[in-house]
Amino acid sequence: MNMEAFLNHLVAKYNFWLYIILMMIGLYAMIAKNNLIKKLVGMNIFQTAIILFYVSIGSKKGGTIPILEHVSGGAQHAIDPANYVNPLPHVLMLTAIVVSVSTFGVALALAIKIYQRYKTLEEDEILTRIRES
Amino acid sequence: MILSGGLLLYATKDFPSWGDPTSPASTHVSPRYLKKSLEETRVPNVVTSILADYRGYDTMFETTVIFCAGVACFMLLRTFEKRETDHYYRHVPTGITIHIKGQREIPIESKEFEKIDAIWTPYDLIINTVSRFLVPFIQLFALYVIAHGHHSPGGGFQGGVILGASMIVLAIAFNLRTAVRRLGERIDSIMSALGVFIYSGIGALCVLLGANFLDYKALAQILPIDRVAARSDGILGVEIGVGIAVMAVMICVYNNVASEGRYDEGL
Repeated sequence: MNMEAFLNHLVAKYNFWLYIILMMIGLYAMIAKNNLIKKLVGMNIFQTAIILFYVSIGSKKGGTIPILEHVSGGAQHAIDPANYVNPLPHVLMLTAIVVSVSTFGVALALAIKIYQRYKTLEEDEILTRIRES
Repeated sequence: MILSGGLLLYATKDFPSWGDPTSPASTHVSPRYLKKSLEETRVPNVVTSILADYRGYDTMFETTVIFCAGVACFMLLRTFEKRETDHYYRHVPTGITIHIKGQREIPIESKEFEKIDAIWTPYDLIINTVSRFLVPFIQLFALYVIAHGHHSPGGGFQGGVILGASMIVLAIAFNLRTAVRRLGERIDSIMSALGVFIYSGIGALCVLLGANFLDYKALAQILPIDRVAARSDGILGVEIGVGIAVMAVMICVYNNVASEGRYDEGL
């Protein structure tokens, strides 16, 4: 792939590149960080990247929000789907955002339980305490 | 990790360009939804009609997942044992805090004393007054978002989160005890179950009326409206159920996580 083709590719799809970079930041935090709360923050960044990815899949150039023009009781005019952005990814992500908030609450509850038991949130210290007992 | 990132970046070569109207995701079923939504459900906001009608099963189980998350938080954290600690009371007119050692209870039966959980719980007149003014408007806006989800961006999930946030504002600005006094734990738990029950109840009602599960057309038999308007009203009922469930679960999760399940000023 020569330079010009690569640049064209980058300009046309830079949104996906940004989301993948964001996703890898989240993955790095989940794998490499020692603190459980930092791991959870990484998980949230990962989820945000996926949500952004889905929403950007649904976008259309020149498309407006998917709320149809209508007059009450009046005659229907034909609807051109190219004028409205794809509503399906929005629906999926709408529910995914609320579910991610509530699962994050469950994760925090688990973290509190771990803290109450081991008095620390650092992963290596928890592991040594499990081995000691 | 760099390897997987690089592979994913390489895979974007096959992706459609940003904003391409002919991308595969936008050409499969979504044009049908856009074309038929107004005619079949009389709901101009296509997001709402897909959420509650075309993909009603999906949303029902998402609501169930949220309910389960609330139950899981409750089960993990809630404790009912009393801590052997001192009691604190605040004399409201003067702002003086009284500290009672040991297990002895209220000294004076008076409206002027209120129970608080820690000696450092601050009493801030500005924050309390502003939040007391704001909370009714937040709740009114949340009800608008739920009820007007057919015609503008909004619906049960968003409105439920705003309603839950209004109670959480109360819990932060005053203290958790005040918020729990306004909306008790028992009522909150019943409401989270009630929301899921409304959703699946409407679905089951459609079965009883001889249609498929969550096929709101059947509601036209018991309501004085035609079949298209019945779908619109079925969506509204489902959204109300979702809103109640989401609100109750948000409050339940906040109360449990913020106080480690003791329902006092934990943080």
